[in-house]
Amino acid sequence: MKRIKEVLPSLAVIAALIATWWTTVVVTHSVIFPTPWDVVSGTFELLRDGSLYRHIGASLMRVGTGFLLAVCVAVPLGLWMGWVRGAYSTLNPIFQILRPISPIAWIPIAILWFGVGNASPIYLIFISSVFPMVVQTTVGVHTIEKRYLRAAENFGVSRHTLFTQVVIPAVLPQVIVGMRIGLGVAWLVVVAAEMIALHSGLGYMIMDSRNAGNRYDLVVAGMVIIGLIGLSLDGFMRMLERIDRVRWRYAH
Amino acid sequence: MRTKIEVRDLKKSFESDQGSLSVVADVSFTVRDGEFVAIVGPSGCGKTTLMHMMAGFVRPDAGSIVIDGVPRAKPDSKGILISQHGSVFPWLTVRENLMFGLNGHAPANKAELADTYAAIVGLKGFEGSYPHELSGGMLKRAELARALVVKPEILYMDEPFAALDALMSLRMRGELLRILAKERHTVMLITHDVEEAIHLADRILVLSPRPARIQATFDVPFPHPRRLASPHVQDLRVAILRELGVDRNEH
Repeated sequence: MKRIKEVLPSLAVIAALIATWWTTVVVTHSVIFPTPWDVVSGTFELLRDGSLYRHIGASLMRVGTGFLLAVCVAVPLGLWMGWVRGAYSTLNPIFQILRPISPIAWIPIAILWFGVGNASPIYLIFISSVFPMVVQTTVGVHTIEKRYLRAAENFGVSRHTLFTQVVIPAVLPQVIVGMRIGLGVAWLVVVAAEMIALHSGLGYMIMDSRNAGNRYDLVVAGMVIIGLIGLSLDGFMRMLERIDRVRWRYAH
Repeated sequence: MRTKIEVRDLKKSFESDQGSLSVVADVSFTVRDGEFVAIVGPSGCGKTTLMHMMAGFVRPDAGSIVIDGVPRAKPDSKGILISQHGSVFPWLTVRENLMFGLNGHAPANKAELADTYAAIVGLKGFEGSYPHELSGGMLKRAELARALVVKPEILYMDEPFAALDALMSLRMRGELLRILAKERHTVMLITHDVEEAIHLADRILVLSPRPARIQATFDVPFPHPRRLASPHVQDLRVAILRELGVDRNEH
């Protein structure tokens, strides 16, 4: 009952938005802009011919590959930069320059290097999600409280134990925060990346729907689906925050 | 009894924008094996710095700390520091925390030892709990158990019970005395609570305001268990407070 009360206001706002959208389209007699019902029936059309699953699958595969590659690179790199002062002072300036470059700016270079296959969007996703994760991991190491390192030093543990039982678990919550940010950015970028010359993916689907006969019902359907999948990806990452070993860092 | 710790002519200052700030100036004292020595002093007087030097975390500018005849170079598990804010690892369970410092034992023995010490401090049944599931008092117990399980010769306690409420702090003092009666350790305790010092220690060193020097030394000749309301204890308390510049009437 309490949960229902909590979600009720946001449901009301969504309903009001849809109602406004609907009446505006009807009142202005727009020929090209779809009503919410057009979007729903368009979605069913995509479901029936199976193309929606294909596009979602393609986008998720690209995000998954690029994101996992980025995790594999960013986490060890972030730990190293956080732990070794020289690594930080050497690499951090480069990352600070590369980080603000929009992944969209990389598109021409990605095409030049990787062509127009799957490798280009995967590279763009990698580039966009690797930096926030490196930064979060490095910050995580830098903000380990000194009292924990002192305690470890006091018990005279080996460097290996120090790293596996103190440094890594202490940083893990920050790594998860970085992964949440990274996956969010990755999902933003995959759609943009797919708008260039591919034949599958939600980004392609949106551009194709517009180009092939101004199907704006499918354009909006694609947008809504992107939003919903983004929401569930974030929900999935949030589940990681509930693992016992990392819960201490978040408010409970 | 033989000398356990010998501190001689210890000096420490920190550099800051305003120049050099002398924190510890010329402190010398000795601690006998098995003795419980409390250090009281006004806040910010350099007590914690002194303790960090003794535990080996901070290098003194001058002077020496000799433990069992060997100059102290770096921290080791012969002397465990228990700090005010606590350092129980929040990502490990109580059992894993207690096992952390046990090097060179078989894993099964580690778990068994950990559970034994968890029981000693009254944490039986909480071995698998994470620190965020424990109360402040239980966290202190876990911290104490993690220190005791490695069988340290010296415990360095820096305001260990300051973050607890008065009742819990009193109870933890009792627990500490009970454990110390069973396992003999040399203990250095830093506190701003004169009553706590009298309750626990064999000897009390009063430090001056910064830079810290030893201003006075008091023996506490009362046998355990001590009755804090007794007139002798009250007299000692007043004498120590007077050293600290707190007049009897104000208190």
